[in-house]
Amino acid sequence: MSNVLELKNLRKSFDGEVVLHDLSLEIPEHTATVLIGASGSGKSTLLRCINLLEDIDDGQILLDGQEISDPFVDVDLIRRRLGMVFQSFNLFPHKTVLENIMLAPIKVHGKDPDIAKSDAERLLKRFDLLDKADQYPDRLSGGQQQRVAIIRSLAVNPRLLLLDEVTSALDPVLVNEVLSVVRDLKSDGMTMLIATHEMGFAAQVADQVCFLESGNIIERGNAAQVLHNPQDARTQEFLQRVHEAGRL
Amino acid sequence: MSEQKTSTWSPSSREIERRALNRAINRKKAALAAVSCFLVLGTLALILVTSPGWETVKRTFFDIEYGREVLPTVIKGLWINLQLTIIGGAAIGAIALGLALIRITKAPALTPFRILATAYVDIFRGAPLILIILLVGFGVPALGLKGVTSNVIFLGTVAVVLTYSAYVAEVIRSGILSIHPSQRAAARSLGLTSGQTMRFVVLPQAIRRVVPPLLNDFVSLLKDTGLVSILGVTDAVRAAQINASRTFNYTPYVVAAALFLLITIPLTRYTDRAIRKRMNSQNSEGAI
Repeated sequence: MSNVLELKNLRKSFDGEVVLHDLSLEIPEHTATVLIGASGSGKSTLLRCINLLEDIDDGQILLDGQEISDPFVDVDLIRRRLGMVFQSFNLFPHKTVLENIMLAPIKVHGKDPDIAKSDAERLLKRFDLLDKADQYPDRLSGGQQQRVAIIRSLAVNPRLLLLDEVTSALDPVLVNEVLSVVRDLKSDGMTMLIATHEMGFAAQVADQVCFLESGNIIERGNAAQVLHNPQDARTQEFLQRVHEAGRL
Repeated sequence: MSEQKTSTWSPSSREIERRALNRAINRKKAALAAVSCFLVLGTLALILVTSPGWETVKRTFFDIEYGREVLPTVIKGLWINLQLTIIGGAAIGAIALGLALIRITKAPALTPFRILATAYVDIFRGAPLILIILLVGFGVPALGLKGVTSNVIFLGTVAVVLTYSAYVAEVIRSGILSIHPSQRAAARSLGLTSGQTMRFVVLPQAIRRVVPPLLNDFVSLLKDTGLVSILGVTDAVRAAQINASRTFNYTPYVVAAALFLLITIPLTRYTDRAIRKRMNSQNSEGAI
């Protein structure tokens, strides 16, 4: 299986404070990789670096074998191949649900507006949101907004979907409706890199789990290994704390 | 279900009692307000009209006959102010948007333009409008350049546009900067270029946000067009001045002021309403 994404010795610091140390990771096609770790461990920074929203200090990022951390690369072209979903949804409040979804296919990919519309409607229908097509985001619940945000990033057929704690801003009842969308994508074979605090969900979808602490991958393996039989003391302690908080 | 509930519900005796009490309290409050208004405002009016100088004041400022006589000329003048406001306003909007975008952009090739735009805004925002009007209105014709008009209405408009473009550019720029960076991140991660992000995502939200301050500037603009009268443009202010200095009766000024207020008060009321509406909708915008 070929790797969609490959990180080689990635390093990133903010104002001298190192957030990611010498981080390496491979994400094979059609697999889901889950990043776990305490807040501030570097999960979000890692996703933002991959999406070229942050400059890296050292190392390489390869997307389908192409080095995208090269200064001469056209970032707009790279971002077309990546989808990203944010913790705070970041829907465009002045556009309807349908307009939010159609914007990139029409303006970035030059899709015919009628085709973009029918494609958007098909996605909305699939995730039970068709009745919200003409609503503005502020009329939707948090869970609905996040599902729309996921659909918006799917509408451009990304090679890799980056999910940055997509349920952290939601109350527990709404968490599951968003996670079930991600499970659906997983069964479609979407390649994903997921930062999350939902360990039960991680156990269900992850082909690969990485435990991050202070910008290092401390432990890495399949879900059963890392989540149920962690070898490193720091992973054990983190999972213990999560367990006590009732999230496992 | 819910219809049934509302149709079967009738207020309890305690609620009926409470409503009657509330009505009584409200009646008392309204009566108190009316009495207080009558006393305070009535006393002020009484002092005004019984004061020894009142007749002179009335004759000098509120001569109804004379006011009626000068009304057509002042209205004709106001028409110039309105035209100046509309045409100038359109030019200001376009120039200000350009200035704001140039000041925001980070493109290295545009650095000289960014420096020029910043200098422009600093100068025209900081210098008194009346000086700019004098400089442009009298200074430019004094150059005697070929092909440059000496039409004072045109030059006056240019001066006002130069100054207000700087004000409005800053309002638009602050609107753009007020849009949360996460909106830009979302747009860029969808593959939109920085130009598309500005055009389709940031600017539409920014302009909506600054509509109330822009309306404020529009009202100021209308008032400040009165300043072009110093160039000899026969606008409402100048028309009033000509008549007042002819008779030493100042009613024409009051007429001009009343005409300006007739336009500006509804506009400011509308602005206040727009601001209040924005405040109310702010809560629902919080999550996005």
